[in-house]
Amino acid sequence: MLHIKCPHCGMRSQNEFSYGGDATVKRPELGKEISDQDWDNFVYNRKSLRGKHWELWQHLSGCRQWIKVQRDTATHEIFKTLKANEEIS
Amino acid sequence: MTQSFRLESGGLINRDKKISFKFNGKNYYGYEGDTLASALIANGVHLIGRSFKYHRPRGFFGAGVDEPYAIVQLYRNGETEPNIKATEQELFEGLEAKSVNCWPSVNFDVGAINNFLKIFLPAGFYYKTFMWPKSFWYKIYEPFIRRAAGLGTASIKHDKERYEHKYEYCDVLITGSGPSGLASAYSAAKNGAKVILAEDKSRFGGTLLTSEVNIGNQSGKEWADSIISELKEMPNVTVKNRSQVFGYYDHNMLVMSERISDHLPKTKKFHPKQRLWYIRAKEVLISSGSIERPIVFGNNDTPGVMLSSAAKEYMKVYGVLVGKKPLVFTNNDSGYETAIEFKKNGIDPIILDTRKEPQSEIIEEAKNMNINIKNSYVVVAAQGYKKVKSADIAKISDNKEELGSIENIECDCICVSGFWTPTIHLASQSGNKTKFNEDIDAFVPGISKQNEKTLGAANGIYTLEETLKDSFEKGNQLSKKITNNENKVSFPNVVEKKSTVHDKFWCVPLPKGKNYKRFLDFQNDVAVSDIEIALKEGYRSIEHVKRYTTLGMATDQGKTSNLNGLQLVSKIENKVVPAVGHTTFRPPYSPVSIGAIVGREVGKHSKPTRKSPMHSWHEKNNAVFVDAGVWLRPRYYKRGEENLFEASKREAKNVRTNVGVCDVTTLGKIDIKGPDAAELLNRVYTNAWLKLPVGKARYGVMLREDGIVMDDGTTTRISENHYHMTTTTAQAANVLSHLEYYLQLVWPELNVNVVSTTEQWAGAAIAGPKSREVLKKLFPKSDVTNEGLPFMGYMEGDLFGVKAKIFRISFSGELAYEVNVESDNGYFMWEKIIEAGEEFGIQPYGTEALSTLRIEMGHVAGSELDGRTIPYDNSLEGLLSKKKDFIGKRSLSRKAFAAEDRQKIVGVVPLDKKTSIPEGSHLVKDSNAPLPNPKLGYISASCWSVEYDNPFSLAILKDGKNMIGEKLFVMSPLKDKVIPVEIVSSHYVDPKGERVRS
Repeated sequence: MLHIKCPHCGMRSQNEFSYGGDATVKRPELGKEISDQDWDNFVYNRKSLRGKHWELWQHLSGCRQWIKVQRDTATHEIFKTLKANEEIS
Repeated sequence: MTQSFRLESGGLINRDKKISFKFNGKNYYGYEGDTLASALIANGVHLIGRSFKYHRPRGFFGAGVDEPYAIVQLYRNGETEPNIKATEQELFEGLEAKSVNCWPSVNFDVGAINNFLKIFLPAGFYYKTFMWPKSFWYKIYEPFIRRAAGLGTASIKHDKERYEHKYEYCDVLITGSGPSGLASAYSAAKNGAKVILAEDKSRFGGTLLTSEVNIGNQSGKEWADSIISELKEMPNVTVKNRSQVFGYYDHNMLVMSERISDHLPKTKKFHPKQRLWYIRAKEVLISSGSIERPIVFGNNDTPGVMLSSAAKEYMKVYGVLVGKKPLVFTNNDSGYETAIEFKKNGIDPIILDTRKEPQSEIIEEAKNMNINIKNSYVVVAAQGYKKVKSADIAKISDNKEELGSIENIECDCICVSGFWTPTIHLASQSGNKTKFNEDIDAFVPGISKQNEKTLGAANGIYTLEETLKDSFEKGNQLSKKITNNENKVSFPNVVEKKSTVHDKFWCVPLPKGKNYKRFLDFQNDVAVSDIEIALKEGYRSIEHVKRYTTLGMATDQGKTSNLNGLQLVSKIENKVVPAVGHTTFRPPYSPVSIGAIVGREVGKHSKPTRKSPMHSWHEKNNAVFVDAGVWLRPRYYKRGEENLFEASKREAKNVRTNVGVCDVTTLGKIDIKGPDAAELLNRVYTNAWLKLPVGKARYGVMLREDGIVMDDGTTTRISENHYHMTTTTAQAANVLSHLEYYLQLVWPELNVNVVSTTEQWAGAAIAGPKSREVLKKLFPKSDVTNEGLPFMGYMEGDLFGVKAKIFRISFSGELAYEVNVESDNGYFMWEKIIEAGEEFGIQPYGTEALSTLRIEMGHVAGSELDGRTIPYDNSLEGLLSKKKDFIGKRSLSRKAFAAEDRQKIVGVVPLDKKTSIPEGSHLVKDSNAPLPNPKLGYISASCWSVEYDNPFSLAILKDGKNMIGEKLFVMSPLKDKVIPVEIVSSHYVDPKGERVRS
């Protein structure tokens, strides 16, 4: 079970969180024209990376905040966690 | 009955306390502190079961967790448990055990015929033998194999025992209480670290219990005892026996199973049987020791052949002789220790040493005791069927390939030592990249991935002095780092006998003209010849060889077989062992009971049960409940002898003609506040929300980004910046998360707060043509006329002193209201509604009538909004705003979603107006078409229309728009039904929606 540092609550076990997918995906702006391909990439197409990956988790059974977690998908090592409003650098 | 193999004195058992037990129906006794294995051996019982494949007789091979054979069915306090190792099961008064894998009895076993048919049961026999003819599989092969093979039988009774889970954090977790575990725990504890020391066995001390060593001025055991009692006194230390750390998971989380009551005749009141510990450790010190390796020779599975360390343990710990004419077959000095122990107990052993001229302190001692030592000798084959009677031995050439002439010598046990294999399971599970150590012919931990270090024998260190030094040091270093406190322990003086190098010999060649089975894996009956066949057939990867031959599988996980298997593969393949590599070690290290894994989450405790504040009223009024997610909802209220069908029909009919009341507390409710609340709703819902006036409700549909309907419900504007959203019962949690996602990550600029208020409000739906009359009586001061509170209107009311929210919304399609009060007042509200409605013939209705009412109205619910349908499919396209963007809108222009013949919701009526249509049935054009019959759609929900008194269903049908009036067939192969039907509008009752506005 992973041990994730919630930027709001501190170290917590994985079973308090739910996974939310790739954190680098940006939702296209509302009301803006977008090609089929770009929309398709936003909705469906994800890279299944081996290695460092920024992903979203929600601290569901804690503060209910969505957070950004940089995790190695092969080793599960967690390098960094950010609040929702903090930019991935 | 006397215990003919029990020594007069010695051992760590309590000879003052006799314990009686039963094995295969026969009564025996042992002593407190015995295991089932030691007690049986003391009684001269060596035949304990039959092997898995060939049903060869099985005895004892080890004395603990490494035991591959002695697996029994255990009976304790009216319960039974399979796959218990007799070598681990502590004896308790009244214990009963039976052999497994033999039928009809262990002495006469029909399956043993396999032993003589073994030519037909080679490697991969499962894959090859029972494949043809196909029809034989179910009737003949499978039942026979199931009876003849397999291990114990799981109980089908409910397990009355209690199991617990515990979460724990510590600085240092130490797995095993041998010399390395004790030393490291002691120095870490002295530095103030929070330490957990876990010992699998009941006794602490590991090899210190059986080896002749001195630490300081104490014997090994005395030293272990004193360290343990000191540790137990320290507040920062948890010491646990009967506790096995069996799994090493991510981020230094380890799982330990503590057997609290398994050694007792009965679990004490309020005690669990077992406890599972989830331990998050900053550092882990693996001190799991090593397991002796067998040497492979002919018939080496005969009862009486066992590990020499086990023979020594039986003598030193249990005061039991495994035989009275022992042969010790060794390639290293460990065998000598066992022989010396025999000699000390008045038994004359013979040592066969594969080495030519070994010299060391231990060997010297054995010589001085006049023990018969034969150098360059091997056991070629054990003789005897149910027990070793003699051994064929021979001299072996220096190159270990040629056997001299074979002699037969009498013996009743053969104690084997092929050197030691470090127990690297936990290290390997942690992700440690193991490496091969040439000096000990075994893998040892290499580069760590997590915070673990391996100590002592588990790390291939076999002298006590070195082990203690290293362990004191590691314990000190690691804990110092955590506690910033150093309290160095002085290193004690160690006295141990020096041993010399072992011989890398592991397998005795077959003598000419003999075809003895030479087993590698004793639990799964995998012999040298099986591996040879697998390799001949082209299996190369060790992982494939394992699966094809079953080498190293099952409960044993290759504890004694792993390395010899690798030696063989590498020899045949002409590779070195590290090039072959080892198979992956997976948790659990040794079997863990399902009960411990499940813990308290059984039956009613498996999930919380949510009840509405009106629950007890429903109970009192004969409600029959149904699970709705974790909620319990009344399905119907039984009157007299009514069944579900009759009751729900009555309740629904009463809503259509009079008035009914339904508990809708379970609906998800989300309170939304903030200046941008309207904007949020406008983005989340498909329809327009910016102009909804205060005091009005609106129905809304929300989509996922892929255009699929996520949920629907009504949201009401309570005040300028305050909205009350309702969701379906099932989607309540997901919708909240969904809103939080957009507010926190996508549109953080929106100033809105959302919070779940599902449990804060109790809700009742009052539905039916007479509902307004009821409402008038409930809220005499409010204007609830059609003008005062029109359809989709909202007002606050005073329910006899209780603040209430009144929504004029309808799921049933009738004139209807939903009244919400704070949960604590829910029961009061309900009683008032029933009371006020009495004169109008009010009846409570359950979920079944609720479904009937919504189905015949064509209102969609979870069975249509099933995560596969878009708004059009549910005839909700009228709610799609063309003027604004919303979540998922862009997806709706996908080609498939815009197709002309897109599926759409329709109504379905059987032509005979009698036959009920099973939900989930398929719609087809031609019921006699050849298979696969093209499916046009499926039935999503069925009811008995109370309006028309005939069956009615909703279906999602291809090109549904153009199918009204068509005649199709409903097919349900599961129910074996073919029903001719007509397709009608999904709005079966009141298609213009006049009633809700009346």
